[in-house]
Amino acid sequence: MKTEYKIIADIIENNSSILDVGCDDGNLMEFLKANKSTNIRGIEISKEKVQTCIAKGLTVIEGNAEFDLKQFPNDSFDYVVLGQTLQAFINPELVIKELLRIGKKAIITIPNFGHWKVRLNLLIKGTMPITNSLPHNWYNTPNIHMCTIKDFVKFSETIGFKIFKSLALKNKNISNITKSNLFFKNLFGELGIFLIEK
Amino acid sequence: MNIKENIKTLIIEKPLKLDCGQTISNFPLAYETFGTLNKNKDNAILVCHALTGDQFVTGINPVTKKDGWWTYAVGPNKSIDTNKYFIICANVLGGCMGSFGPSHENPKTKKIYGTDFPVITINDIVNAQVNLLDFFGIEKLFSVVGGSMGGMQVLQFVSNFPDKAKTAIPIACTSNHSAQNIAFNELGRQAITADHNWLDGNYNLKKTVPEKGLAVARMAAHITYLSKKGLQEKFGRKLQERDDLKFGFDADFQIESYLRYQGSVFVDRFDANSYLYITRAMDYFDLVKQFNGNLSNAFKNTKTKFFVISFTSDWLYPTQENKEIVIALNAINANVGFVEIESDKGHDSFLLDVPEFLKAVKNFLDKSFIEKL
Repeated sequence: MKTEYKIIADIIENNSSILDVGCDDGNLMEFLKANKSTNIRGIEISKEKVQTCIAKGLTVIEGNAEFDLKQFPNDSFDYVVLGQTLQAFINPELVIKELLRIGKKAIITIPNFGHWKVRLNLLIKGTMPITNSLPHNWYNTPNIHMCTIKDFVKFSETIGFKIFKSLALKNKNISNITKSNLFFKNLFGELGIFLIEK
Repeated sequence: MNIKENIKTLIIEKPLKLDCGQTISNFPLAYETFGTLNKNKDNAILVCHALTGDQFVTGINPVTKKDGWWTYAVGPNKSIDTNKYFIICANVLGGCMGSFGPSHENPKTKKIYGTDFPVITINDIVNAQVNLLDFFGIEKLFSVVGGSMGGMQVLQFVSNFPDKAKTAIPIACTSNHSAQNIAFNELGRQAITADHNWLDGNYNLKKTVPEKGLAVARMAAHITYLSKKGLQEKFGRKLQERDDLKFGFDADFQIESYLRYQGSVFVDRFDANSYLYITRAMDYFDLVKQFNGNLSNAFKNTKTKFFVISFTSDWLYPTQENKEIVIALNAINANVGFVEIESDKGHDSFLLDVPEFLKAVKNFLDKSFIEKL
């Protein structure tokens, strides 16, 4: 997980204003606060996790990113970060649009449903894939809108936002995703990390 | 009330122009402090009390001989830690625990002010309180904290003095009193003024007290501080010291007995005219209107770090109203945190032993204190 944080931190310029959407226990926020910028805030749906963040001295509001982002004016933050949560929203399209409205740039990370283990899981077993990064059953998973790295690239074209950086993470190794290697990155990447702008 | 010797009072000489147009000067502001002000004078917390509170936040209240109203939250090693912080609390203007209020004597008429006392506002209350900072030589508070009407004062304080508080915790409050809030306050006021002992506010002349009216006001208000679920769990339909209904109008039910008790102890400690004045101040509170319909403008000049807290079962100042404050602050990119605490204890949650709440306040304050914003 630390690798993901480091990659995100490397994308962000020092002293930027940052909003972490779905900031969870605030681990990424803490990392960014220590290494990048103290001007960082979070929004988190779980009361318990908001409490954890407050105990860490982080500025977090309890809220549902699907409904509560509208309170932020346009271009409120230099960066808005959405770490592995896009797939949990009822309307990911709307969320992406909101992220790009309130942030000058957005960093989105997605667990890649196109990974070969996931594909093999479904192909061989014929049941919904359960892996280390996707440990839930189909009926209790919060991940209702899974997508692949390839899906996300396609999604950018459909919705009309620009991907400025796309990276694939595999066994703590990071590599660029390009048009020519998309097929392989989509097969072997565990996580996709995208820097996007409207 | 022979309470004078236990009350610290600051005489505010500087004229204070009230929202109603009158100017007051040389008036007393009663206050209490807890803990020690450090050398740098940067560990002070102003606690603002709610409608029926007073300056005796914690420890034994020397007047009522009961625990202070915020003993759960304020004290050594507690959420608002008196070992670390210097806590100041003033009795509000219009109050009845030593601050200038309707039970004071009007030097012109040599009579008690009663309803001749000027109508005061939350803004006036805050503008009177800020004198305590000068008195203690405090340039900037570490925090300003309060629940309910205390929360309204917190909002008004930061709005009036954008650089006088590093952090602010408005709890279970609102930026403007709703029709429902006003309605309940009016019910209380009507109960008081309908009591034939009220005598147009001059009960003092006849040495009486509108006890019944004030008690009813308190009973009605007390219901609004609790939740339906909380009441049901605590009292249900349990009978009061009897095995069956008595087919009369005595307190058959425990809840009736409880409310009557709450009413009766309240009249011993609170002045009826003060109740009228302070509820009026709450009703007049409208920070949105004060800033021409845009609450964000109330805070646009401040760097204060906010932490807004609401409670799930508070229907008097519900989460949505607290969230409006958060939204207004976010709209101007102010530094604001927010949490809604799960509790069945209704609006009163902030005064009670609600561990998640107490934890949140402690963590926020202690972390912010180290941070040295």
